[in-house]
Amino acid sequence: MSYKNLLIIAIRALVRNKLRAILTMLGIVIGVASVIGMLAIGEGSKRSIRDEMSSMGTNLVMVMPNFQRRGGVSLGSSSSNALKMSDVTALRSEAVYLSAVSPEVRASGQVIYGNKNTQTTMYGVSEEYLGVKKLTVSTGRIFNANEVRSMAKVCLLGQTVVDNLFEAGEDPVGKTIRIKSLPFLVIGVLEDKGESGMGQDQDDMILAPYTTIQRRVAAINYISGIYASAVSEDKSDNALVEVEEILRRTHKLKDADENNFRVMSQSEMIETMSSITDILTYLLGAIAGISLLVGGIGIMNIMFVSVTERTREIGLRMSIGGRGQDILKQFLVESMLLSIIGGLLGVVLGYIIAKVAGSLINTEAFVKTQSVVLAFVVCFGIGVFFGWYPARKAASLNPIDALRYE
Amino acid sequence: MEKTIIEINALRKNYHIGDVTVHALRGVDLKIKEGEFVAIMGASGSGKSTMLNILGCLDKPTKGDYYLDGVDVKTLKKDEIAGLRNQKLGFVFQAYNLLPRTTALENVELPLFYNNKVKARERKERAIAALEAVNLADRMHHMPNQLSGGQQQRVAIARSLVNNPVVILADEPTGNLDTRTSIEIMDLFQNLNEKGRTIVYVTHELDIARFATRNLLFRDGLIVRENAVTDRLFARDILKTLPVEIIEEIDE
Repeated sequence: MSYKNLLIIAIRALVRNKLRAILTMLGIVIGVASVIGMLAIGEGSKRSIRDEMSSMGTNLVMVMPNFQRRGGVSLGSSSSNALKMSDVTALRSEAVYLSAVSPEVRASGQVIYGNKNTQTTMYGVSEEYLGVKKLTVSTGRIFNANEVRSMAKVCLLGQTVVDNLFEAGEDPVGKTIRIKSLPFLVIGVLEDKGESGMGQDQDDMILAPYTTIQRRVAAINYISGIYASAVSEDKSDNALVEVEEILRRTHKLKDADENNFRVMSQSEMIETMSSITDILTYLLGAIAGISLLVGGIGIMNIMFVSVTERTREIGLRMSIGGRGQDILKQFLVESMLLSIIGGLLGVVLGYIIAKVAGSLINTEAFVKTQSVVLAFVVCFGIGVFFGWYPARKAASLNPIDALRYE
Repeated sequence: MEKTIIEINALRKNYHIGDVTVHALRGVDLKIKEGEFVAIMGASGSGKSTMLNILGCLDKPTKGDYYLDGVDVKTLKKDEIAGLRNQKLGFVFQAYNLLPRTTALENVELPLFYNNKVKARERKERAIAALEAVNLADRMHHMPNQLSGGQQQRVAIARSLVNNPVVILADEPTGNLDTRTSIEIMDLFQNLNEKGRTIVYVTHELDIARFATRNLLFRDGLIVRENAVTDRLFARDILKTLPVEIIEEIDE
């Protein structure tokens, strides 16, 4: 039989059984659409978390003191005084892969303005800190080098602190607040940053010169950490190595000694986060896979039933001269047409589902080509196989047995 | 001397149903010549339908030879037998076996789809010609469920004619029809036979068998009587004597 005749026969057979054709197609459409939709949402949320992490600066390099042990007892990292201001100076002058370096001295305590007070964390930093952590000043200004040197009692407030201390609409800039009974002049307010990917409030903070926090508030001679920017994201690995070298030297560590500090880059943290969101994607993928399976079983069922109930038609076609292979080809073309049309509709529907669901959960859903190909190929394969397999059985019958089939 | 279309020698057919072997045909010899109009008769279980199915190459004999238009069917492969059915045989069933939800024209066209030599235009022309031959040209775009039983059987006959077969085989073609419609179908067969068609049909009704030129009586898998019809009926004449009103068939 020529391919043209084959196509005409197959299309006529499909048109003759519109409802059955549509139902079969529906199974394929749903299977394909759900896989594409689910995977797109998974991929989308993965990307949005990634973007959020990147917004903190992908070239961020962090140095933290390592756990300090005394007689086998870990005292925790915050208790360590391993990092000094001299480390910052050394990094500033020697590291070629770092573009900006800022110390961070943390202190927490009560902050008071008028009759209100709140508990927050104060970060003593240098003026480079805003650039390194991708923070911006919304009103006012950042402190200058002079104020850092003179241990000036000036500070910038995060939005949460502003909300806790001031009446709505009141401008905090120029006001004096009291931190641990010391008066501080508010010189600026930081841009709202929202929650971090981990759910931490990034606006519940006060920035002040590290000298001021170190000497006047916390009364310590070490620093809590160092934040720096690598010259570029792909140089951040080089920066990690370089920072480690410089700090081992300034700390006068012998070859056998363990580091008394830890160096991390934001890209490492992004990788960690990605592996978590990967699990999410796999989970959604597994659910999608189940719906694909269910859809596949649906396709399988309807194809099986359809061929079985068409056994008499097969018998008739054979009795008027259709060869076994003609019958088989007809059913193959029918199921291929159904699978292709259903698959394409499924791709379109899946795309729409992804976009709609994405906008509902505030995530940009992202349709990956691989998931489209996967869903399409699986449904197509199932559709064609289960169109072919029972047809093969029917086509191998004696014409008279097929005709008498009840 | 006319050409021999069908020749079978010592044909046997056994069926196995569980452990029991049923001997449906027990050694049949038969010759049918071109232009003959043969009725096969017999009670149910006599082997007449089995005979027709084997003649139609829908079933295979257990033993014996079958030559169709000079071709030894035994030596053919499955696909070649399908080709034989397509080119040399026309089959008419008791239950019409039309494709549902498919127009009369498309039903008649169907055998030609399996013949690569026939192009689309010729396919349609021949289908229309076949429908004209059974007086149904005006119903060619009707679906089977819009046609009466007699009309459906005529569509089926047109389908069996369309490939210009050497023989038309009909299995109880009037079995589902009332008397008048049965006679109309026999009239159609007689007309086709007068134009030279070889027709073999199975019936268990004596009256219907009398429209043929030769009768074969089957009993227990053997031909027990074979005779030329002496008191032949002519459908044309009988139709004239029947009241006309019942021919009004469902319209649209």
